[in-house]
Amino acid sequence: MKKQYQKGWLFVTPVLLLVAFNALIPMMTVVNYSVQETFGNNLFFWEGMGWFESLLNSDRFHAALGRQFLFTGLILAIEIPLGIMIALAMPKEGFWVSICLVLMALPMLIPWNVVGAMWNIFTLPDIGLLGYLMNTTLGIEYNMTQSPFAAWVTIIIMDVWHWTSLVVLLSYAGLVAIPDAYYQAAKIDSASSWAVFRYIQLPKMKQVLTIAILLRFMDSFNIYTEVFVLTGGGPGNSTTLLSIDLVKIALGQFDLGPAAAMSLIYFAITLLVSWLFYTLMNKQDSN
Amino acid sequence: MAKITLSNLRHSYYPNPKVPEDYALKEIDLTWDDGGAYALLGPSGCGKTTLLNIISGLLTPSEGRILFDDADVTALPPDQRNIAQVFQFPVIYDTMTVYDNLAFPLRNRGVDEATVTRRVNEIAEMLEVDDMLKRRAAGLSPDNKQKLSMGRGLVRDDVNVVMFDEPLTVIDPHLKWKLRSKLKELHQRVRATMIYVTHDQTEAMTFADQVVVMQDGEIVQIGTPVELFDRPTHTFVGHFIGSPGMNILPCKVRGDQAFFNGQQVLLEGPTNGEGGIVEIGIRPEYVKIGVGDIEAQISKIADVGHHFVVEARVGNTKIKAIVIGEAPEQGATVTLGFRQNQTRLYRDGWIASQAAGVGA
Amino acid sequence: MTLELKSITKCVGAVTHIKETSLRLEPGHFNVLLGETSAGKTSLIKLMAGLDKISSGQIFMDGQDVTRLTTQKRNISFVHQFFVNYSHMTVFDNIASPLKVAGMAKSEIQGRVEEAADILQLRPMLNRHPHELSGGQQQRTALARAIAKESKAVFLDEPLANLDYKLREELRDQLPELFAGRGAVVVYATSEPEEALLLGGYTALMNDGHVTQFGPTAEIYRTPQDLISAAVFSDPPINSSVISKQGDQAVLNDSTSWPLTGDALGLRDGDYTVAVRPVHVSPLRHLDDAVGLTGKVQVTELSGSISSAHFQIGDSNWVSLSHGVHPYQIGEDHTFYMDTTKCFYFAADGKRVA
Repeated sequence: MKKQYQKGWLFVTPVLLLVAFNALIPMMTVVNYSVQETFGNNLFFWEGMGWFESLLNSDRFHAALGRQFLFTGLILAIEIPLGIMIALAMPKEGFWVSICLVLMALPMLIPWNVVGAMWNIFTLPDIGLLGYLMNTTLGIEYNMTQSPFAAWVTIIIMDVWHWTSLVVLLSYAGLVAIPDAYYQAAKIDSASSWAVFRYIQLPKMKQVLTIAILLRFMDSFNIYTEVFVLTGGGPGNSTTLLSIDLVKIALGQFDLGPAAAMSLIYFAITLLVSWLFYTLMNKQDSN
Repeated sequence: MAKITLSNLRHSYYPNPKVPEDYALKEIDLTWDDGGAYALLGPSGCGKTTLLNIISGLLTPSEGRILFDDADVTALPPDQRNIAQVFQFPVIYDTMTVYDNLAFPLRNRGVDEATVTRRVNEIAEMLEVDDMLKRRAAGLSPDNKQKLSMGRGLVRDDVNVVMFDEPLTVIDPHLKWKLRSKLKELHQRVRATMIYVTHDQTEAMTFADQVVVMQDGEIVQIGTPVELFDRPTHTFVGHFIGSPGMNILPCKVRGDQAFFNGQQVLLEGPTNGEGGIVEIGIRPEYVKIGVGDIEAQISKIADVGHHFVVEARVGNTKIKAIVIGEAPEQGATVTLGFRQNQTRLYRDGWIASQAAGVGA
Repeated sequence: MTLELKSITKCVGAVTHIKETSLRLEPGHFNVLLGETSAGKTSLIKLMAGLDKISSGQIFMDGQDVTRLTTQKRNISFVHQFFVNYSHMTVFDNIASPLKVAGMAKSEIQGRVEEAADILQLRPMLNRHPHELSGGQQQRTALARAIAKESKAVFLDEPLANLDYKLREELRDQLPELFAGRGAVVVYATSEPEEALLLGGYTALMNDGHVTQFGPTAEIYRTPQDLISAAVFSDPPINSSVISKQGDQAVLNDSTSWPLTGDALGLRDGDYTVAVRPVHVSPLRHLDDAVGLTGKVQVTELSGSISSAHFQIGDSNWVSLSHGVHPYQIGEDHTFYMDTTKCFYFAADGKRVA
């Protein structure tokens, strides 16, 4: 009697195969490496939880993780409010809407490594537009290859420039979906602009903001290319974020075991934080 | 509370209106007394919502003035007009409790907390939401949400007018009559000027003392519910009010005599004007079967429980009759009679007969 | 064409949406599903159409088991409460779309579409797009598609609910004629008792996921099986109060009584629930043996020439519905006259006993 429905598997199989090649098999390889030691020549020795233990106790890992959280925290703290503000300021109807939307989308269309290279050249003290302006014209010392602070400011500004648009577009979508009646009622209730934002716009944007924060968290937590191209993790180790450190260990030092263990921990943290955030937001909703 | 005067009001959504069709509102002159219950009734697109938005200040009219008492408010924004409006879909502040929702308009105006508490409790009790004051508004049922949006208008004692824009659209039919009666009761208790916009005759006639019937941006008739039913001044009103609406029958007129299908039909009284397209208007309630001399064939019978809605055909013209008691048989040939004092004549849509003993 | 449901149910997780239901629907008249918004009408009509899978039971069309057939293979039409048309197609193409899918010849499509368009007065709009139409015209387009398709079964889920009431009246008037003589089973869901009466045919009363009564519309209106069926088929709500039968008298609130007749006379003495529709409670004394009920008038309503008055007797709210306009005073006592021959009597378990 159930026979008719078995056709369904035919449709699902390609996706399952794709997911297997795409995610499961590489992941299992990583798990495999993370519990073994290798010296090349295809020789493997059982290592157990050893890599995980030494990693979790290493100062180098702690520092990289700290920098990663700092980076993500800073860009979220800037991009989310800034994105909402720009979305609020954008026109809601008329000729300028499409122009604003296209302008907003532009930075997101540029490939990661190009963004890094662009900002690298932009900030060069001798020939970069910004670097020259700061150092020569304004007389402010600004060289991100020497000053960790300058390097941090640059990667933050770069990410804000690259990704605030995503928050803007999502917030904007949330804003235009609010029926006019809400604004009219608020006018009639003599609500201040702040009250309109606090009690109408923000609650109605909550869904899209949750998505925006999640996406920005995951993306910025896993950021690699732009920062690597821009600073290479320097000066010193000052901008060596978790991902950059990981690549240094895996490809620079060819320590596959520790790198695999680190990948798994990295993955677990991203997953855990995303899940926590999502559950908290939903829980608040149902109350 | 205030008297509302609309003077030479016209509105167009186009920047440079030229022909009359460009106007959503053609020419509105109207005075509404303080404390009255009014309804704006008409089909979709007749301009009633435009008019409502002009009164509330959400729209500025292209021409004309709006006065509250004697003050010209045409240029004032909504929050300075001291009005309240209830929208088609309940507008509530999701994140606030029921109490805070009701208190919101008062707190925005800097009313002291003691007065806020007193007013909110008073209104909550009136609306029968006093047992859910501490709940979050987002979780309420649609009818309670709609009560809440009404409540936000009613808590203020400085409102000039409370306006309702088809407020029962999203309410379950089985709860509609409860809210309709609640509204009526509220009006009797607070005595604020209230304007109710709807396309539903029951809502309009239940709520309002005076109903303004609109069509194509113009006012067709203003009257009490009874007047609109008894003596529609336009065939549109006759058709729109009443279920089924008035029978509008093509006829010919010679002198004061009207002829339908070649037979004379006695009108209520003398007629005025001449020429144009003439029609007889008779409500189904006053069409009697088995009396009179108009031959007709019964084409349809619907049993509505307390009466039958019977459709008869005279040639190609359908005539509806409401029959209480015995229904005729489907397909039977019967005679129809119109009650004379309810048989009106319309010329080019407008009433052209006078009740006997009235006028010349 | 007949449509038969055999003991179908629908459960989602632990929640039962449709309790065990068996119905046999015939062509030639409307089959109305009447019930409140959450009574399960839409759930049931979707199950009938195959848009949703039943949890148990069987569905037969013309004696053939279609339980496992997809909606596409059942040759049915479905008209939603919200106007569903293809926005990028003209009215003509919208009406023609199911015929094109079926691979019908162009000339035949032309004929069928034009016939359907004529019936629904859409001829002048055939080249327009849905967004250029009014709500009524859009819904007529959806109906025309159902007619042109000549399907075996047509499901109409509150198709008029989103239209102006006057337009609703006109379309409702035309609907039975549209489908007359087409041999299709027509199922029509509505939440308005008056609509069911006007459409005639057969009606299934629904309450809480359950068909409480099914039969010819006028007949079940006059002979409800139980208190719930009587309540579902009444708007405004049916009046009901507990009475006690003492000998040949029904006693309400110790103060009002009336002589019982017919089946009610044969009942054992004790408590029963009396129910009477608002139309049989009048502010005027039409009948000599009508019994007077005095209550405080709370609200009055007027619709066309029909007045209603809500009044209170003891703890229960009563409604009177009558022709003409009556000068009620809100808050004052008023006597209403109940036609006792139209009363229904129910036992404690809700079953009608007289």
